[in-house]
Order: sequence, then C-alpha cells, then structure tokens
Amino acid sequence: MTARISITVEVNGERVDAQVLPRLNLADFLREHLQLTGTHVGCEHGVCGACTVRVDGDIVRSCLMLAVQTHNASVQTIEGLSDSGEIADLQTAFRDRNALQCGFCTPGMLMAAQDLLKQQPEPDREQIRQHLSGNYCRCTGYQAIVDAIETTARVRMGGRP
Amino acid sequence: MKASAFAYARATSVADALALLAAHGDGAKVLSGGQSLMPAMNLRLISPELIVDIGGLAELRGVAVSGDVLKIGALTRHAELLRSPEIAAHAPLLAEAVAHVAHPAIRNRGTLGGSLAHADPAAELPACMLALNATVVISGPSGERRMAAEDFFTGIYETALSAQELLVAVELPVARKSSGYFFDEFARRHGDYAIVGLAAQAIVKDGIFADLRLAFFAVGDRPTLAKAAARLVGAVVTPAILSEASTALSKELDPQQDQQASVSMRRHLAKVLLGRCVSALLDRPDLNAGGSA
Repeated sequence: MTARISITVEVNGERVDAQVLPRLNLADFLREHLQLTGTHVGCEHGVCGACTVRVDGDIVRSCLMLAVQTHNASVQTIEGLSDSGEIADLQTAFRDRNALQCGFCTPGMLMAAQDLLKQQPEPDREQIRQHLSGNYCRCTGYQAIVDAIETTARVRMGGRP
Repeated sequence: MKASAFAYARATSVADALALLAAHGDGAKVLSGGQSLMPAMNLRLISPELIVDIGGLAELRGVAVSGDVLKIGALTRHAELLRSPEIAAHAPLLAEAVAHVAHPAIRNRGTLGGSLAHADPAAELPACMLALNATVVISGPSGERRMAAEDFFTGIYETALSAQELLVAVELPVARKSSGYFFDEFARRHGDYAIVGLAAQAIVKDGIFADLRLAFFAVGDRPTLAKAAARLVGAVVTPAILSEASTALSKELDPQQDQQASVSMRRHLAKVLLGRCVSALLDRPDLNAGGSA
C-alpha cells in the first residue's frame, strides 16, 4: 500500500524520473534525492518560508507538497534561478546591502523577492514586506532585505542603485 | 517532523475519489492544496492510511457565472480567487478577504474547498461564505446535496461533511448593485490567522440597511452570523442604536481564550470591528467615534 510511486518531473530544466515514497515531501526529494541543498528545511510546517521553490512558475512551500504531487510538473529551485542568472542582480544587491547574516533564510527570501518583482516591478516597502510576510529571518535582517529588494527594483526600472 | 507513512491514490474523477473514500472510510483523507493537511501530517497530528489526491480533477476547478449564481469549484486556489475578474465583479468581498489569507506561496496552493472542509474557526473564507449566503455543494455515494454555509460548519475543524463525501463547489448569489461589503481582521502579523475578524455583506438604501449579514470569525468554535445585525436593519442607525447592537453582539458571542487573546479582549475587538463596519458601510464616520482597538 505504501509502495513507491513513479514520477517524472522537470527540475531546473532537466527531466528527472524517480521512484518515491508517498510520504516524501518535495523539499526532502530535492535535497536528499537530487542533492539540491539550496532549498532549506526549517519548520517543516509551512511557517518559515526557507523551503520556497517554484512549481509551474508559482512559488510554493516545498515542505507542504508531496514529491508525488509534482508528477508532470516543472520545479525550479534556487540553484536553477542562480545558475540561469535570473536573479544575479538581486543576489548582488543582497550581498552589497549585507541583507543576509547566517544565510539560512536567503534562498527562500530570494525566491519570494523575485516572485514579487515579476508581478510588481515597482513595489513600495510595504508591498515588499507583505510579499515577504511568510519568510522568516531569525538574524533580524529585514530592513536590509527590504532595502536590497527595493534597490533591485529601482535598478531594473532603469534607476540608480 | 516528517509525515508518517501512508498510501497514495491519485483520483481520476470525482466518482473515482468517492469510490476510494467509500472503500477506506475514516482512514482516508482528501488532499487538495495541502496547506492545512500537510502541516497537520508533518506534525503527526493526523496520520491517514490513505491520501486521496484530488488535485488533478479539472472538473473541480474554476469560476463561472450562470444567471444570478456564481459557482466556484472546490479546487479553485486562493491566488485564482484573488485574480479572477468574475470574483472581483460578483463577490468582491471574497477577493478582499483572500488578501488576508496566509502568504503568496500558500495562496498559490491552498484551495477554497480545502479551507472550507478544514473549517478552522479563525479562517477567513468560511466566514465569507456565511456573509455571502453561500450554498455548499457536496458529492457523496448517494449523489449530490446542497446546504447553506451556515449549517455546514459545526465546530472546531468540524463540518457536515461525512468521511464518504467530497465538497465539490460553492454557489453564491451574484452581488447586487446596491450591495456593499466590509472585511477587516486583527492579526499579529499580515497573513496570520485572525485574533478576531469580520466579513460583512449589506444592502444599503438611502442610508439605511435593507439587509446586513455580519459573519464574525475567531470568536467561537465556528464562524457566526451575528443576530445583533437585525437591530441595525430598517432604521436610521444612531449612536444609541449602534451601542445597543454592540452590547447585544458582545452577549451573543462565545469567544475562546488562547495564547493570542483573552475572552474579554476578543469581545472588545469584535465590537471595534462592528463600529468600523457599520461606519464604513453607511459612510458615516460619526458612528466610529468611540471604537479603538
């Protein structure tokens, strides 16, 4: 009854065929089976946002999704966004503004920030805070994170950093 | 923690899902968006034997208007409610409320049907269903049945759904042109469950409520339509009338104490929301004079 199930899923543009137990969540599948450890596992019940990834273009909590649910879906992780250069400017802004301390929340923060900037190219600080409201930083770095996202938005719109 | 082991079945149709539920009874759990079920499983609060995944059932998805009825499929995601032009036009209360539900990554997965079937007393969408006078459409072994949202919620995480049934859709009366709505909640942080919340729908004619539905949430074991609303209908609302309604509201609510708020704090906040709501719906700033949180 709890037998492994075959899934085919595209991860960062590459097709993956796997046999997974139903109880395996997407975060653990990415980390343990595919060694994509940029997706972090914090609270494991959808509160902290560290495990945020994209599924079919939308950000989701990978701890609240089963690997079997991604059958025939396209998953993008922080490694995918980083390697493609999609968020290179955002990463630079985080580094320049010191918007990370221990770095544990950073992959989730970057996923959520890029999601916001795709939908709303010129967000104000309140909109940035709202969109990141589901991502915890326990080093208390929120001001700098909001700064970095605000700067990236401004530069993408042709402004000065 | 991780979920304990379970078997998994991907339902291929509503009939298939119902057959699986009939065969496995209480041991089976329906998975739609998973945004409440998965945390509960990861925390080992529940350990189903079988997960019936209905996520692929396109027949349960989408928003459609037919005559005076707005039908929303159970699998319609929060993010879709937020973006839907039909919802914006015919049930704007819902669009406003959804912005308060959790966070973007959760709204991309969470579904309307899942939220209603889960029946968290502090959740926004169940209260909206009461305010909007929704009908819940349920499929079961003996066919389809419909019931008023008011009768659907029966307690903390409890509904009229049996283990063999599936919530397939909700039907809402299309908002009339003369209708107004109000939504507000107190929460520690944007996206958190409410400490106290209010979803309201009204018909206002010449500055007087012709109809007023006040659905409070997080002030009892289920969302509640306040009977005190009747005191505000059919006459010009004076500060004295509002004060009477406010006292009546306080008496009829049965809030619980938890780590977020005491009983008296919840009663107080409900009264503050009532003042804000009546003042906003009637466009009468004078009625919101005394209410501060």
